[in-house]
Amino acid sequence: MKRFATAIGIAALVVLGAQAAFSQTLKTVQDRGELVCGANGSLAGFGMPDPNGNWVGFDVDFCRAIAAAIFNDPTKVKFVPLTPGNRFTALQSGEIDVLARNTTWTMSRDTTLGIDFAAVTYYDGQGFMVHKSLKVNSALELNDASVCVQQGTTTELNLADYFRSNNMSLKTVTFATADEAVKAYDSGRCDSYTTDSSGLYGERLRLSDPDANIVLPEIISKEPLSPAVRQGDDTWEDLVRWTHEATVDAEELGVNQRNVDDMLKSSAPDIRRLLGVEEQFGQSIGLTNDWAYRIIKAVGNYGESFERNVGQGSPLKIARGLNALWTKGGLQFGLPIR
Amino acid sequence: MLEVTQPARLGRRQWGSVALQATLVAVVGAFAYGAFVNAAANLAKANIASGFRFWNNTAGFDISQTLISYSPSTSTFGQAFWVGLLNTLLVASLGIALATALGFTIGIARLSRNWLVARLAGGYVELIRNIPLLLQILFWYNAVLKALPDLRSSIPLPWGTFLNNRGLFLPRPQIGGGFGYVFAAFMIGAIATVALRTWTRRRQDSTGAPPHVLPHALVLVVALPLLVFFLAGSPLKFSFPEMGRFNILGGVEILPEFAALLLALTIYTAAFIAEVVRAGVLAVPHGQTEAAQALGLRSGGILRLVVIPQAMRVIVPPLTSQYLNLIKNSSLAVAIGYPDLVQVFAGSVLNITGQAVEVIAVTMAVYLCISLVTSLLMNLYGRSVGIVER
Repeated sequence: MKRFATAIGIAALVVLGAQAAFSQTLKTVQDRGELVCGANGSLAGFGMPDPNGNWVGFDVDFCRAIAAAIFNDPTKVKFVPLTPGNRFTALQSGEIDVLARNTTWTMSRDTTLGIDFAAVTYYDGQGFMVHKSLKVNSALELNDASVCVQQGTTTELNLADYFRSNNMSLKTVTFATADEAVKAYDSGRCDSYTTDSSGLYGERLRLSDPDANIVLPEIISKEPLSPAVRQGDDTWEDLVRWTHEATVDAEELGVNQRNVDDMLKSSAPDIRRLLGVEEQFGQSIGLTNDWAYRIIKAVGNYGESFERNVGQGSPLKIARGLNALWTKGGLQFGLPIR
Repeated sequence: MLEVTQPARLGRRQWGSVALQATLVAVVGAFAYGAFVNAAANLAKANIASGFRFWNNTAGFDISQTLISYSPSTSTFGQAFWVGLLNTLLVASLGIALATALGFTIGIARLSRNWLVARLAGGYVELIRNIPLLLQILFWYNAVLKALPDLRSSIPLPWGTFLNNRGLFLPRPQIGGGFGYVFAAFMIGAIATVALRTWTRRRQDSTGAPPHVLPHALVLVVALPLLVFFLAGSPLKFSFPEMGRFNILGGVEILPEFAALLLALTIYTAAFIAEVVRAGVLAVPHGQTEAAQALGLRSGGILRLVVIPQAMRVIVPPLTSQYLNLIKNSSLAVAIGYPDLVQVFAGSVLNITGQAVEVIAVTMAVYLCISLVTSLLMNLYGRSVGIVER
């Protein structure tokens, strides 16, 4: 009798497990009809409104990918601009569903804030920008320099660490927003401005004379930028994570925005699993089986999104570098969808 | 007929009132306790760290102005808190002193019989009162920054001082061994001056001789310490600021953020204090001024000896409010990067530790304490200047 009951129980688990997984956050998003995404609001290339008021950027495209996967419509996203001060509180309180705001994945943030990081979408590092007139070629020459920095970021901490470990002394000038920090640097209040290297290229475009400033070669820290979600909703976290993995897998397999419709007819097993022609991975994250097809159709694969927002197709012209595919010497390694 | 005094025991109405107040206190206390427990439970459920363990963790970030010793690699978040608090107290106390001086001047100027002076003062008040303080702070910060030259073309001032858009660099005094005697001489001089003033006032009450305190005070407070200073071998050296590769090293640095914030707070609050002073002066009955004129006093003496002392009774309560406003407005330092308590503690520390509830609660409690102490001191002062017979 006991073995029969156990067998019935296991069978029930198998049946239930095969059905669509439930996520409270996903249900809230679907009921609301749009995704609420925490964004930067003023970082060129990552998340800011263009002159017509439409949000564009690398992190913005990631949120649009999630919206496309859920609603088959990448425009069903509301962006909430956040500062480093309130970005985690907004996520913890439920004001936003996902935080895609060039946020570094660190242990303290992962363990003490009640949030989880989904996947590293951009491998970055902190750098320095200086006025060309100072004739500085390396960050090691910046002893006693004044550095403008935005408060509440890993940037602030890395800056102090770097100067201490190289026995240099430092004068920081901290500001609440990156805008003020850049403006103060531009006016000559500081000798140098420091932030993630991707941000340096973006901010340089906004200076009064971009060519009078150079970005120093040193990268002084690891800044793995990752979208974040609240703890407690594992299915939602899986959804966000596999949205990123799908875009990287697509680039590895050669699937892009233009050829994704043709790729539906492909016979390669990897592509068929990715686009949902075979198997039913969409259900296990609460979506339809063509979830990855929707993502690629809406925003393209990882490489397309990168080049369009921060790469050669954008004013920033950042090289793929660490963000190239692992087959090309970079760190982006798509987890297998199977 | 003598009045009947209140009975010592409480009657039924008093007991009812006491019971009602006790119930109200219990309800409010239960509500506060419930809110606290609810917040703690929610934080634990969401796996957000809580408690004050972060106080002794290494801060890791640098602060641009520190009145006590602070190093990013060894100082804790608690020490960062004290640095921010001292910066707030510095700008608040200087702001209160300067705003009071400026406000009194403008307020009395507005009552002047000189048409131009009165109109200028009135224009100042109307203009400054109606522009939001944040805009004024940003204006002064940008005006100060843009007007001053770059580091490399600093303005050299007397005594080795430099002025540029990174700040005002003054020679740093280095106190030698014998300075304790000079300080002791100064304190002795100050106490002697106060004693002298009390004695001359008493003498004036009994014999009518006018008190000539000032020359004696100068001797006691200035000449005596100076004499001791030279006798002790001039124990005061200065280290002068020098131009380094990127910055001026050595010397005392006054940040442009500090100067801009102080300037904006002073000018803004002075406009409000001017109106408070004007109201106080107008509240003194005109008969006092006429009587003073009849006694032969001139306008300076009338103001100083008759009108202002009586006006203080009306001025002190709204003046307290303006002081509290200034203290709270100093938190707008966040906008320009002056490292006050809000910027350092509720900004950097909060962002790094992520513990919003504890940090904001502590910041609010600190501002509450500062404000309560200020209003307590002002109330004590107000009681001392109150007119006894009213």
